Amino acid sequence: MELKSLFLKANNELENTGNRPRSRRITCKKCSKPVSVARIRKNNFVCPECGHYFPVRARRRILMLTDKRSFIEMNRDMGSRNILDFPGYEEKLSAAREKSRETEGVICGEATIGGSKVCIFAMDGNFMMGSMGAVVGEKITRLFEYATENHLPVIGVTVSGGARMQEGMISLMQMSKISAAVKRHDKEGNLYIVLLTNPTTGGVDASFAMLGDITLSEPHARVGFAGPRVIEKTLNQKLPEGFQKAERVLECGFIDAIVERSEQRDYIDRILKLHGC
Amino acid sequence: MNDIEIVRAARSENRLTAVDFIWAVVKDFVEFHGDRLFGEDRAIIAGIGRIEDLAVTVIGIEKGKNTEERIEHNFGSAMPEGYRKALRLMKQAEKFGRPVVCFVDTAGAYCGIDAEERGQGRAIAMCLAEMSDLMVPVLSIVIGEGGSGGALALSHADRIWMLEDAYFSVVSPESCANILWKTQEKADVAAKALGLTAAKLFDLGLIDKVVKSKEVPRLSDEIYAQLIELMEIPTETLVAQRYQKFRKVGY
Repeated sequence: MELKSLFLKANNELENTGNRPRSRRITCKKCSKPVSVARIRKNNFVCPECGHYFPVRARRRILMLTDKRSFIEMNRDMGSRNILDFPGYEEKLSAAREKSRETEGVICGEATIGGSKVCIFAMDGNFMMGSMGAVVGEKITRLFEYATENHLPVIGVTVSGGARMQEGMISLMQMSKISAAVKRHDKEGNLYIVLLTNPTTGGVDASFAMLGDITLSEPHARVGFAGPRVIEKTLNQKLPEGFQKAERVLECGFIDAIVERSEQRDYIDRILKLHGC
Repeated sequence: MNDIEIVRAARSENRLTAVDFIWAVVKDFVEFHGDRLFGEDRAIIAGIGRIEDLAVTVIGIEKGKNTEERIEHNFGSAMPEGYRKALRLMKQAEKFGRPVVCFVDTAGAYCGIDAEERGQGRAIAMCLAEMSDLMVPVLSIVIGEGGSGGALALSHADRIWMLEDAYFSVVSPESCANILWKTQEKADVAAKALGLTAAKLFDLGLIDKVVKSKEVPRLSDEIYAQLIELMEIPTETLVAQRYQKFRKVGY
């Protein structure tokens, strides 16, 4: 991995504090209280006032879950092309690259957690809402193939609006491609832990996000197949309180545990050790 | 026909539905019900029968022919239990060494509170994962609408065919236009951009055959010939080829 990429500041309200005084404050979307950015960062990007979960960028997510300086990125430079000549896609891609300072919507690599060697991927909600196109599909597939070959567990952090429209059926079929790679990894007796984060929906929910041996979620994350507005429109009724929230999805039987951000790393470490990793 | 006209044709109420294909292609069809977990979903019709001398498992997404039937079949939008029934019968096909034929025709998997709470995402994901190493040949034919994940769930096949006036898309052109340009009026632009027609998907190498309308009466023979060809491939090779088929998509 290029070391300097670690120090790149992303264009995002919370992360982009490079040249500003540490005391800068933002208003929490949930409780509307002014909170200092430094406090939020120290608190794992959770509002110290109300417990609201701010989104976490993929690269930081990996740093939060893995051992210091252990992460080695794979396939960093793969970028998307406008295969279908979809109108406006190139502009969307460059805007996403600019905004996220990443080449695509997922970061993959190898790292250790509590000394255990793992493969890890984290999706980036800042890159076209974490949508899955051919490159996202290819990077995750390669990671699973590498993990299968080397008998390594995979830790996957999901955040996505689903398949990327601008790549048409090519993006839809990434669901098939990744699911097949997950299945091969699974059949060889390897461990796959999913950490669902807000939101995990559409084609990602209907493929690798729901294929983990162990499925964890952040509190309150939206997890579901169809978008809430689509359902509301189809049914012409208001959705019940808590619908598609991780807590409800757990009650329905599709999540093993909801894990607070501050606990996630230790929790995953414990699972790894129980699997002899 | 241009792209949006093909989408409209694929949705037409006068078209042949899955049951027509099942009756025309499969002899001695016996329908089976239920997913053994929750219930029976009439949006998916599944069972066993014969094509010539070959016992097959058949799965179709059925829309129904009149209002009453359409309500019964939920307009061809399957619930999680529908996908789980389909998967149960595919695993049964594997046990008895029968090839699987799927007739795909859906605007999409059902989106509703109950479908979500019973795990629509998980049901589709399990179809994809399990079909990827099913030890028997699978042929999927999109006979009308190939609506996103709900259609993909039954298309993880060794061969994917499409009728020439069918479509297969990541998103409906109307939703796509709505999201990108905030108007459904531009559905025709979206339909073209999405590359959702059989001809385009064949050019992209994503499907294996475009079935011309005039070939539909002979479809039974073609399906039989295709299944025989796939049955002759050693199982491990077949499954490895299926992996490669999807592995190379997009990159």
